[in-house]
Amino acid sequence: MSAVLKPKSKAIVCDGNEAAAWAVTLARVDMVAVYPITPQSSLVEYLAKFVADGRLNAEIVDVEGEHSVLSVLHGGTLAGARTYTGTCGPGLAFMFEPYLRTPGLRLPIVMSIVTRDTLTPQSVWGGHQDAMSVREVGWIQMYCETVQEVLDTTIMAYRIAEHRDVMLPVNVCHDGNYLSYGAARIELPTQEEVDAFLPPPATNWHAALDPARPMAVDPLTGGAGGAGPALFVGYRKGQCAGMQNALAVIEQAHEDWARVVGRRHAPLLESYRMEDAETALVTLGSMSGAGKDAVDAARERGERVGLIKIKTYRPFPVQAVARALAGVKAIGVVDRSVSFGWDCGPLYQDVIGALQFTARHPAAMSFIGGLAGADITTDHFERVIERIRALAKDGQAGETVWLNEKD
Amino acid sequence: MYEIRIHGRGGQGAVLAGSILAAAIVNEGSYVVAIPSFGFERRGAPVTSFLRMDTREIRQMTNIYRPDCVLCIDPTVGRAVNIFDGMVEGGAWIQTTAKPLGELTVPPQAGTVGLCDAVSIALEIFKRPITNTLMLGAFAKTTGRVSLDSLRAAVMDSDFRDAGLKQNLLALERGYEETTVHTIQRRAAA
Repeated sequence: MSAVLKPKSKAIVCDGNEAAAWAVTLARVDMVAVYPITPQSSLVEYLAKFVADGRLNAEIVDVEGEHSVLSVLHGGTLAGARTYTGTCGPGLAFMFEPYLRTPGLRLPIVMSIVTRDTLTPQSVWGGHQDAMSVREVGWIQMYCETVQEVLDTTIMAYRIAEHRDVMLPVNVCHDGNYLSYGAARIELPTQEEVDAFLPPPATNWHAALDPARPMAVDPLTGGAGGAGPALFVGYRKGQCAGMQNALAVIEQAHEDWARVVGRRHAPLLESYRMEDAETALVTLGSMSGAGKDAVDAARERGERVGLIKIKTYRPFPVQAVARALAGVKAIGVVDRSVSFGWDCGPLYQDVIGALQFTARHPAAMSFIGGLAGADITTDHFERVIERIRALAKDGQAGETVWLNEKD
Repeated sequence: MYEIRIHGRGGQGAVLAGSILAAAIVNEGSYVVAIPSFGFERRGAPVTSFLRMDTREIRQMTNIYRPDCVLCIDPTVGRAVNIFDGMVEGGAWIQTTAKPLGELTVPPQAGTVGLCDAVSIALEIFKRPITNTLMLGAFAKTTGRVSLDSLRAAVMDSDFRDAGLKQNLLALERGYEETTVHTIQRRAAA
C-alpha cells in the first residue's frame, strides 16, 4: 500500500527534485498529473519510480501538456483528492489559464515551481522570472533555501493549503539547477512523523463534487447589475482574506513541524545577524546561503551587516518586513529576476513598499543577479555589502546594479 | 570546508561520481553539497561538477571557483578547459592519464598529484572508457578525504545492479590500488 518507509528518520543524500518527490510521497498524495520539463523533469521521474516501487499509492496522470495538468488536478481536487504537480518556465506559461482559476476555486493544490528564467533569450537555466511573473495571481508562494527546506516545505504546504481559514493553492518554489539538481545531506522524516503532522486530506466543501449535494461550480458571476457585483467582490475579498489568514497558518505550520521533527525553518522571513545591523541584505531562495557566509565575513571585519531572507513571498509579510528592517540605515535587495516596468527587481519593489510602514524610511537599492543560471557567490554579495555601506553614509541610492554584468 | 571540482566529458559519469562521493562522505558523518554544471550535457562535451565537504552544515549553493582539489576523470578535457583555474596553493590534482609525472605539466600551485591510467583499466573492466568510479578510488588514495570502504558502501547503495555493480566495485578497488601519489616539492625561489 502506501509508503513502505524505514521507521526512523535517516540522513540521505539527494537533490531538491528527489526531496520534493519524497515529500509528496510522505504526504500521501492521491493524485499527480505531470508533463515533465527541465529543470523539473527528474522530480516527475522520481514520483513515477516511487509509484512503481509501491512507496506511493497515487494515480499518476500523464497528460498532453501543462494546461491539462492543472485542469485534471482541478477535477481531482474537487472530488476530494490530495493532489500535486510540478512545473517551471514555459510549462507554467502554458498552464496559465487553469492556474488563474485555481485560487478563485479555492482549491488546495500544491505545485512545485522549479524556478527557471523565462524566454526569450532562449535559456533552460534557473532564475525566479517564471514564479515572479505569476506572483499576483493568488497562489501562495514560498521560496526554499536548501534541499532540506524543499522537503519540509512541500509537506507543510499541504497543511497550509488545506487549512479551513486558507483554502488556497501553494507554490513551493525551489531554484532550478541549484536546488533541483544540487544534492545535499538531508534528514528524511519518518512516515509516522509526517502522519502526526498532516491530517488526511480535507475535502473542500466550499466547492466539492458530491452527487448527494449537487451544485454548480464557478457559474458566471459579476457584471454591472443585480447580485453580480456584490457577489464578485465577496469572492475576491474572501480570496484576499484567505491570503492574509495564511500568514498565521504558515507560522503555526512551521512551529508544529519543528515540534514533530526538531527542525525549525523561519516561516515568513529569517533575520540573520540583524541584532545591531546598520545595513541589511534581503535575499530569496538558494542564494541566501552565500549571502549569510558573506555577512559572516563582513562581521569578522567589524561591519554591522545582517541579512533578511524572505521565505513567504505571497502573501508578502509586509509588517514583518517593516519590523525587521526598521532599524537599519541602508538595504540591498538582491533579486534573481527583473521587473521590466520598474527597471529593478520585484522583491525590491515589495521591500520599498513595506518600508512605508517604518518611521525612518531606510535607503534601499536593487541588485539583480543569477539570471539564467548565473551564480550569485559570496564575492557578489561582498560587492552588495560594499555598495550599501556607502549608501548608509550618503543616502544616495543609485540605479539598479546587475551583478553578473561583467562576470 | 574542502572544495572539489570534477572535470570530465558528457557520458563518463562526472555527475554520478559527484553523488556517489557525496553519499560516501555523508556515510562518514560529514556534510556535503554536490552541484552539477548546468546545461545540455552532450556526450563528449566538457562537463564539470562541484562538491563541497565540511564537518558542519554547508550554506553556499554555488559553483566552485577556488578548488582545493581538481579531480579530472578524462585524459584530454584539460586541453579544452583550464581545469586548474583558481586552484588553491598546495591543492591536489588527480588525473586520468597513461603518462608518467615527468611528461605532464604540473601547475605551480599543485601540492599533491595522483595519477591513474583509468582509461586503460576501464577498457579492461567495462570495455568502455567509463572512468568515474575508478577515479573515485584515485581520489580516496590521493587525498585520504574519504575511505575506500565508504565509497564501496555508497556504490552498493546506488542504482548499480548485478554485473554493473561488480564491475564498479572492482573499478573502485583498482582505481585505489593503481593510483600513484606524488608530493610535489617546491624549489625555493631563486
